[in-house]
Amino acid sequence: MKIRAIALAAIMSTTSFVGIAQAENVLRWTSQGDALTLDPMSQNEGPTNSMNGQIYEPLVTRDREMVLEAALAESWAPVGATGWEFKLRKGVKFHDGADFTAEDVAFSITRAQSKSSDFKEQVKSIKEVKIIDDHTVQFVTDGPNPILPNEITNLYMMDKGWAEKNKVLTPQDYAAGEETFAVRNANGTGPFIVEQRLPDELTVLVKNPNWWGAASAEHNLDKVEYRPIKNAATRVAALLSGEVDFVLDPPLQDLQRIAAQDGLKTQTINQIRTIFFGMDQGVDELRSSDVKGKNPFKDVRVRQALYQAIDIEAIKRVVMEGLSFPAGMITSPGVHGFTKELDARPPFDPEASKKLLAEAGYPDGFSVQLDCPNDRYNNDEKICQATVAMLAKIGVKVKLDAIPKSQHFPKIKNRVSDFYMLGWGVPTLDSHYVFAYLLHSKGGWNGTGYANAKVDELTDAFAVETDLAKRDQMIAEAWKIVKDDVVYLPLHHQVIGWGMSTKLDLPILPNDSPQFRWAKMQ
Amino acid sequence: MITYIARRMLQALVVMAAVSFISFSLFNYVGDPVDNMVGQEATLEDRAYIRQVLGLEDPFYVQYGRFLQNAVQGKFGISYRTKRSVTEMIVERLPATLELVFVSALIALGLGIPLGVYTGINRSSWISKAVLTVSLVGVSLPTFIIGIGLIYIFAVHLGVLPSSGRSGTVDLGGWRTSFLTVDGWRSIILPALTLSLFQVTMILRLVRAEMLEIMRTDFIKFARARGLPERKVNYSHALKNTLVPVITIIGLNIGGLIAFSLITETVFQWPGTGLMFIQAVDFVDVPIMAAYLCFVALIFVTINLVVDILYFVIDPRLRAEGGH
Repeated sequence: MKIRAIALAAIMSTTSFVGIAQAENVLRWTSQGDALTLDPMSQNEGPTNSMNGQIYEPLVTRDREMVLEAALAESWAPVGATGWEFKLRKGVKFHDGADFTAEDVAFSITRAQSKSSDFKEQVKSIKEVKIIDDHTVQFVTDGPNPILPNEITNLYMMDKGWAEKNKVLTPQDYAAGEETFAVRNANGTGPFIVEQRLPDELTVLVKNPNWWGAASAEHNLDKVEYRPIKNAATRVAALLSGEVDFVLDPPLQDLQRIAAQDGLKTQTINQIRTIFFGMDQGVDELRSSDVKGKNPFKDVRVRQALYQAIDIEAIKRVVMEGLSFPAGMITSPGVHGFTKELDARPPFDPEASKKLLAEAGYPDGFSVQLDCPNDRYNNDEKICQATVAMLAKIGVKVKLDAIPKSQHFPKIKNRVSDFYMLGWGVPTLDSHYVFAYLLHSKGGWNGTGYANAKVDELTDAFAVETDLAKRDQMIAEAWKIVKDDVVYLPLHHQVIGWGMSTKLDLPILPNDSPQFRWAKMQ
Repeated sequence: MITYIARRMLQALVVMAAVSFISFSLFNYVGDPVDNMVGQEATLEDRAYIRQVLGLEDPFYVQYGRFLQNAVQGKFGISYRTKRSVTEMIVERLPATLELVFVSALIALGLGIPLGVYTGINRSSWISKAVLTVSLVGVSLPTFIIGIGLIYIFAVHLGVLPSSGRSGTVDLGGWRTSFLTVDGWRSIILPALTLSLFQVTMILRLVRAEMLEIMRTDFIKFARARGLPERKVNYSHALKNTLVPVITIIGLNIGGLIAFSLITETVFQWPGTGLMFIQAVDFVDVPIMAAYLCFVALIFVTINLVVDILYFVIDPRLRAEGGH
């Protein structure tokens, strides 16, 4: 009798356990690298922003079409020439129950401006945050800033009281010798709450039942479990064996195999990232060339010759296995200022290239070193190898130096590369971001030495132009100039591919940042 | 004895200092950590500020001196990547690596010694030949391939074991162990097997060679002549005498397993110190790399020291000379 009772209890407990397990929708997913920290202002890096974006929320976010959408701000509008007003959503609570108010917005902006923040650039135009009332704030800027709302879509709001209590008024400082509370703990307003955080191992998020958007929530998840898997083959194996429902970054060459398996599917989309080559046209003599006393890249004909010698369709077919969009400009569809006309490439024509080189005074070509990362972009090293072979056909002898990204990027930043590969993503989705960093003569990532007074002038002008029609005209004019000058050699817009279970419905986004608030599990 | 140990410890210190110096001087060539630590928007001033805070602009000897000064106090700083205390991270991840090494050492001994004895005694049986041939696979295939192969067989095709990760751990006051749950054991099997294959082969071949040698010696012949049963000759006399070199090699190899489990850990996403080191290299996380290399050096130095002392205890000739 007793034994039977125990057995019965055991059966009942198992059945009730199974019952709970079935009722819960758990999304298990993986990617190569974990978020570096849960502090939303400490590290401006894709995976980190993506993870923190499930927990914290910005004032303004983006919808599936990447168009600005209200998040913690219900509406926003410019006030005067140099300011923006944000009307905050009412009744929003942080995970710990505190109310979200204008105080928190002012605090979050100040925190983002502190020395140890990695979001200083996004908020540098903000001079002052005026609290009008509990649910209205005004950002006073140091000049007109038409794209301020675009710049703060990754700037997440924190609770002032929580930050004070846990002594995290500023992001982690490297000099401070110890870890702060915000690195592994979070208190946001977002749709998910951190339940467990083991960095590099496991992060468990649970549904926030009190989320302001809960009533109209599109997701049906109770729990999100994230385990990073560094090795690509292991990551794919975890998806094939059904241990995870979603892989953010399967190797592109495995997409077909994933799609072929029952119960799995793939999605692809063009990423907001374009891959291109830069050439140092500023120095008087290239460091790695056999041409002495002058710099062949200074001649636009040479740059044009190189451009037309690259058979991008062959690269797409052979190297990228069809997964790329050949490009004629260095920014992607989806970025304001992109047009199909500008994105057209001149025809692949090595004969024309040879003629251009001869006209420029290099009938036998010249030699140069190409610097390339080998762990940053899709097939980066292979693209460079293919290019070396193509340029050899027009007599340009390229020596390839493919190295890890942490050694490659300093070469560009320190202006010691003659010829390099770079990819550029645009978080603001506005051309200004491209011009300010890559084309302005003072641009932080302009390794080409390109300095065109007109481009500088236009860049500075459309940064502050609030008449949008006029601004669009300036952007178009600036793009035309840099296209004619062949400042960069565009290659292609990168493609991203996600692999997932057919039970999961999750829209793929060109910024490669999954939004679980739109995820549905069957 | 005490002077002997003191001298050995002094040598150990010199080795540690040399390792830290060499590894530290290499960090100048692995790239610029600052690029990974800030977003692409960061200005030159921001980067300069971080370089200054981290002291990256100081000359090499100043950086090294500062590192040594902190290291002797047990302070290894904050990881550039995770912004957590380096010491804490190593302590947290060490159990995973130690347990993995422990299980794979058990597998290596459990398979290697019996198979070594068997192939040593039955030299010409076809089983011996088969074992020796298969064991060649263990040394010639890279760990990476073996690991992926096992994952595809056991996780993807058969679906009986998890492909990666370390689930089912139980926290015993700061030491998270895999040994107390079925899930824990299930996830440790594949990585431990992968890590052990090389060791199995090595122990097998070492034991076999020693057995062959010893079976030819006079005292085995005498033992046989005395009419001792074959089992007793093989195991009590022969095997016992093969074990001295085997134990030495195993001791040294355990250090190697701890230090170089990094490939296995990466393939299986095993959250140990090896995986941590690989991630640190990708990010140019100098504090982690420096601390890890010192830690590995410490393991080797300690094991060597223990082995030296064991020799001293075991071998009477060393004692008679009062240490050399």
